[in-house]
Amino acid sequence: MEFHTSINNRRIVRIEETVSETPTVKTLVFKDDLSYTAKPGQFLMIWIPRIEEIPMSVMINSKEGYAAVTIRKSGIGSTALFERKKGDLIGLRGPYGNEFIIRENYKKILIIGGGTGLVPLLRLASYASKKKLKITIVLGAKTKKEVFFEKMAKKLTEHVDSSVIICTDDGSYGLKGTTVNVMSNLVRNNTFDCVYTCGPELMMRGIVEIANKNSIPVQASLERYMKCGIGICGSCCLDNMLVCQDGTVFNGKQLSKILDFGISYRDKDGQKIRYN
Amino acid sequence: MDTNDKNYNLSVKLDKIHLRNPTMLASGILGISQSIFERLYLENIGAIVTKSISVKPMKGYPNPTVIPLGGGSYLNAVGLSNPGVDAFSRELSNNKIVPIFISLVGSSEKEFSKMVKAFDALNILGYEINLSCPHVSKMGMEVGDDPEAVNKIVKTVRMNTNKPISVKVGVGSIDVVELARVAVDAGADIITAINTLRAMSIDIETMMPILSNRIGGLSGNAIKPIGIRCVYEISKKLEVPVIGCGGVSSWKDVVEYMIAGASAVQIGSVLGSSGPRIFNEITTGLKKYVEKKQLKNIGEIIGISHKY
Repeated sequence: MEFHTSINNRRIVRIEETVSETPTVKTLVFKDDLSYTAKPGQFLMIWIPRIEEIPMSVMINSKEGYAAVTIRKSGIGSTALFERKKGDLIGLRGPYGNEFIIRENYKKILIIGGGTGLVPLLRLASYASKKKLKITIVLGAKTKKEVFFEKMAKKLTEHVDSSVIICTDDGSYGLKGTTVNVMSNLVRNNTFDCVYTCGPELMMRGIVEIANKNSIPVQASLERYMKCGIGICGSCCLDNMLVCQDGTVFNGKQLSKILDFGISYRDKDGQKIRYN
Repeated sequence: MDTNDKNYNLSVKLDKIHLRNPTMLASGILGISQSIFERLYLENIGAIVTKSISVKPMKGYPNPTVIPLGGGSYLNAVGLSNPGVDAFSRELSNNKIVPIFISLVGSSEKEFSKMVKAFDALNILGYEINLSCPHVSKMGMEVGDDPEAVNKIVKTVRMNTNKPISVKVGVGSIDVVELARVAVDAGADIITAINTLRAMSIDIETMMPILSNRIGGLSGNAIKPIGIRCVYEISKKLEVPVIGCGGVSSWKDVVEYMIAGASAVQIGSVLGSSGPRIFNEITTGLKKYVEKKQLKNIGEIIGISHKY
């Protein structure tokens, strides 16, 4: 209970540094011990005072005691957060949710991320790298301009038999094709103990399908609109699961039973909306 | 009721219906998904009250809408977000086993009558009329503070259904017992007490109110003694079953509400720390209490404090 109280405490932090990743993606760095020790897959509720509060996966930062969030500007909240500058104040509560699991017997893992979905995966890669696991990271984007975190991904896979594969839909950088195409080829000639993914839900659906078909354990971190982040509002439900409390990470077995996965989400008013 | 149910000694009567145990989901919590309702049913919940539904879908207020305050108390101004009567009818259309009360919110008799007509053929237990949400204009408490409006709305719902109607009252400008009396006189079968209480939280670093709506409703541990007092007074003065609500986080709180006079007890904010399994934990605790006190049925403790 004490632990819960402390993660629920709102901390007001100053943005210490901003990093422009692409014209529409920015990383904001701040100091917060609870965020520094966040598990891969966990999220924060970020308060942009008098504007919004939004769930954000916790990005790693090299400095001890520091963490970050990486925002792609789209809605009101993310755009407001994107526009915050060094020195501005934001509020945090969390980290909430479960985490990606690395089992003791895992030796070689495949990490597949698209866009800001790389955020929890890089935290995972940093944990896996400390455990000396062999890591293959597939980093996907629509086009060259949208590729970011390449340098960090490479740094986390510097050790033996690890690699980073970049792919773009239009072939302007790295391999031409989607992460799903790349994964299909990879699993044909390699064995992986587990696949970890985060990104657009339709992409994750494709990845989970291939993993399940090939009997490779798979874990995916999902994203949903949230009001509370703590299992009260119900906005983030997929079937009978709550992304905030039961997730954000679900395994292939769970996902194969969740009919809403890759199909629909709940709007702010709670209506089911289908993905295009 | 199935007397072979392993919980038979926890079963309670609410107006003309029986619940397998006195635990209910409070309105506003996890209340939009049939799949979630089915999961709660598997967790041994007695009945569910949905989120308050309005005629048209409502997006509610921007975030922050829910604030954990620590110590098991919460502040919220969600703003009655809900999918509206049409989408929600579809959501519940395949309900077979879950005992559900639909919470209704609106501004006029016409809206309430429209909703009850749309919902009444569904497999539901009944309705709870929300006359006590403290933070949305022209709805909830703004209606509940007007006895004439309460009278008209409850009569309208009564005219359109034979199912049990509960009216959810709160601590507003009218004495809670008087408000309950108006509701009962107009045809309410059950009273739910209480809703959240108007409250506020300000961040001292930015010096700004945290909720986007600035003012919201306080729930959780902090309000339990107020809920107990209201249930005690209503059940002592009126001949009506009362559903207790406010700050229930364990089986002990359920027992306290029942001793105060509640026939059933709603549970909400605690899900923010315990998740849906709380209903299983609470019913397990209640069974042990029933055994320890050598009761034939938990209903024996309802209102027992009135004697003292």
